[in-house]
Amino acid sequence: MTAHTKGSGMTWVGRAIRRLEDPALVTGQGRFTADLPAQYWVRFLRSPVAAGRIESIKAPQGALVVTAKDLTGVKPILAVLHKFAYRPVAQPILAAGEVRFVGEPVAAVVASSEAEAEDILDDIELVVGDTKSVIDARAALQDGAPQIHKEAPGNVILDGRIKTPDFDTVWAGAHRIVTMEARSRRQNATPMEPRAGHAAYDAPTGRVTLTCTTQMPHVMRTAIADVLGMPESDLRVIAPDVGGGFGQKMSLAAEYVVLVWLARKLKSSVAWTEDRRENLIAGFHARDQYLTLQGAFDEDAKLIALKTDIIANVGAYSCFPTTCGVEPLMAMAEMPGPYDFRHYDARARGVLTNTCTMAPYRGVSRPTITFTLERLMDKAARAFGLDPVDIRRRNLIGKFPYVSVAGLTFDEASYKETLEMAVKAIDLPAFRARQRDARKQSRYLGIGFATFSERTGYGSPAFAARGMEITPGWETVILSIDPSGFAEARIGASPHGQGLRTALAQIIADEIGVAPQMIRVVHGDTDRAPYGWGTFASRSLVISGGATSIAAQKVRAKLIKIASHMLEASPGDIVLEDGAAKVAGTDRSVSIAKMAREAYTQTHRFKGEIDPGISETGTYDPPGTFSNACHIAVVEVDVETGRTMVERYLVAEDAGRIINPMIAEGQVHGGIAQGIGNALLEEIVYDESGGILTATLADYLPPTAHEIPPIELHHRETPSTESITKAKGLGEGGTIGAPAAVVNAINDALAPFGVEIDEIPATPQRVRAALRSALHSAHSRASGNPAGP
Amino acid sequence: MTEKTPITLTVNGRNYTIAVEPRRTLADAIREDCGLTGTHIGCEHGVCGACTVLVDGEPVRSCLMFAAQADGKQIRTVEGLAKDGELHVMQQAFMDHHGLQCGFCTPGFLMLAVGVLEREPDISDEDLLDVLSSNLCRCTGYQNIVKAVRAAAKEMRGQ
Repeated sequence: MTAHTKGSGMTWVGRAIRRLEDPALVTGQGRFTADLPAQYWVRFLRSPVAAGRIESIKAPQGALVVTAKDLTGVKPILAVLHKFAYRPVAQPILAAGEVRFVGEPVAAVVASSEAEAEDILDDIELVVGDTKSVIDARAALQDGAPQIHKEAPGNVILDGRIKTPDFDTVWAGAHRIVTMEARSRRQNATPMEPRAGHAAYDAPTGRVTLTCTTQMPHVMRTAIADVLGMPESDLRVIAPDVGGGFGQKMSLAAEYVVLVWLARKLKSSVAWTEDRRENLIAGFHARDQYLTLQGAFDEDAKLIALKTDIIANVGAYSCFPTTCGVEPLMAMAEMPGPYDFRHYDARARGVLTNTCTMAPYRGVSRPTITFTLERLMDKAARAFGLDPVDIRRRNLIGKFPYVSVAGLTFDEASYKETLEMAVKAIDLPAFRARQRDARKQSRYLGIGFATFSERTGYGSPAFAARGMEITPGWETVILSIDPSGFAEARIGASPHGQGLRTALAQIIADEIGVAPQMIRVVHGDTDRAPYGWGTFASRSLVISGGATSIAAQKVRAKLIKIASHMLEASPGDIVLEDGAAKVAGTDRSVSIAKMAREAYTQTHRFKGEIDPGISETGTYDPPGTFSNACHIAVVEVDVETGRTMVERYLVAEDAGRIINPMIAEGQVHGGIAQGIGNALLEEIVYDESGGILTATLADYLPPTAHEIPPIELHHRETPSTESITKAKGLGEGGTIGAPAAVVNAINDALAPFGVEIDEIPATPQRVRAALRSALHSAHSRASGNPAGP
Repeated sequence: MTEKTPITLTVNGRNYTIAVEPRRTLADAIREDCGLTGTHIGCEHGVCGACTVLVDGEPVRSCLMFAAQADGKQIRTVEGLAKDGELHVMQQAFMDHHGLQCGFCTPGFLMLAVGVLEREPDISDEDLLDVLSSNLCRCTGYQNIVKAVRAAAKEMRGQ
């Protein structure tokens, strides 16, 4: 394969090359955590009740069962924010006295096989005295509700507010107020690989290697060393192949702390792989929110002010490292969306309940706030007698940089342009004609729009604004060329399916003139990779990509310097291509392999003018950059069954410069599938006493190939001014836009019935209930009788 | 439950004589007793299909079959798809069409698709979509999996 480089006109960046990750994964040679053999296997005894006091735990004779009492000196997990009236609450590694949700780990059973550990688990007698629990966030806010933690009176763990000056005056003078009450039900990110950990003790050094399914290996190392009070250098964390994360695998799982503790105690290897039930009940949840949103509009349907109250059910504890602020604070900062207005009054509360702890899930609040805001825009359009497209045209931002009402700086993007691209591609008049014809045959088609921004690649200032005790942001990349001429980039990011190894290799290839297939990208091993924050929040291509670019430019400069020495040519005349340095316009060249060999083994030739070796570091900490998109869903709702089928899905999106179009499209596809699942199917259901009714994949329903229509993508590239590679992130946009587009389409389809559905997921039961209640009130109106029960 | 029974699993043409408890699933036996960890376990209740293998040519969820039930049967796993270093057309198609991201569900999808197309090479697009709906993928949104399988089907038919 030929390598190209700067100057030749051909670049690797921008090409849909096949992924370097794939050959191992398609042949069964991927290495996942659960593939490792271990001496001991662990199963966790979990709380069967939502709230109570542990009275006794009786293990069978001779069984090794570890409880909170055994973990002397082990600190609880404590996630801290220094703003927004945040109340730190401690999460014990194993429940100490009190249990706070069904599924909370109470004890660890250790045996020589998983099956044996499960047998012992069945024989443990756990007695818990039930106390009163509270599952729903609004119920938890009421006077007299059970208190989950005494440190957070009234169950409010966080209370954030923004109110712009003169808000009340502007609000009072509004032409029209439109109100939206949204409910987003609880979801689980459901990576196909459940969580798993394997801790192995190394006797000669006393070190422990924890292999686990994490998105943040270095942060896990720091956190676990902290909690166990051990030197961080005694712990190595490896994230091998990780089978999807979507945010669920970025929080510290208490189970991993237990594994490391056990490995040190037993001086052996100890493994745990959760089953799907554990994942669904205790593997972190998300998106359980009530959102009230009111928009004030002027006579021209121009949004002038927004008022919102966000209640996020954060579960029983606050996840580490982001804290439970991640959902309510994201919602508060980004509820204004891509619309231009100057007055904002927002309150966002995090509320503790006796449910599984909330943690980030792809999109983090933006799927729910985009759903809420885009429903509001559709309601406003209807109130003004406008088309949904028109109201968005009137309100989208168009001048950049734009500083939002919540203080975020939006870089150059294409909100209006992508709306027009999408509208043109969908052929709205043709759809409306088809919709009218279908209605005559009692078939209900609908179209739904979502225009939104996706904040990506934000560095430490953005996280610092939340007052985080652990403030992520920057990334480091070390790019080296070894004495044989082989390039290796060690990165702090920790991809788990995104194809980042390929994308970064493309960036490096263009700088140093080597084919991407010849470049190794190493990640997910704290002994090998530089400290970094891992992969989450659509950050890796922007931040790790930027750091890669910096490191690669330094290596390029060094190679040119070495070549100019060896070829006795001016640096300006050297080009790097095809794995060699060449003097432009001549046949003189030297291979990178030869340059590398000399850089290590013949340094005296450089007379002290060039440092030995070839290894350069790049660090990058950008402010953040906004991708944008317009999504359009076309659905058909079966009014008899309430079932919605998405028949067409169209996206016009702009994520800046695209490094690998194949990978980029894959991210959008996958995000939309999750968003459609969030819109129609996926819901964690608790009963009143806090038991989970959706503990299998036959009850909690990720979409299958049947539910996902062909996805039509239209691209536009507005190069980011806030990203070295000009790329913006795009890992979450699909999930952010889909619930809004799909549910707006359902509402459009059901418009003849006067039905409004403002809840996700819009399951068949909810659609039917809404239809029944609409038909009932229509009937009551017609007959003049008040509505019966 | 700890009494073990000797059985022989023939996996990818090789015999593995192993001793298993009656309750041991085929998935666990393949992974732990035969050491073939390419077969993944995603739910252990027969929904996700990550553990799909071929047993006597039929796609089977190996978490729902006991190892003892597969005694003497011909089992094929993802490790047996490539021949002499040459990828199976299905593996190549998944790479060419970006039909995988994290790769965890991939072995199950590969075995499902290969099993179905070997049995029914002329399967319609609609029926193929039906079959592919039996497994879950959380990363790709399925579009590229469907594309990959259709492309491989064409090639397997010699078109």
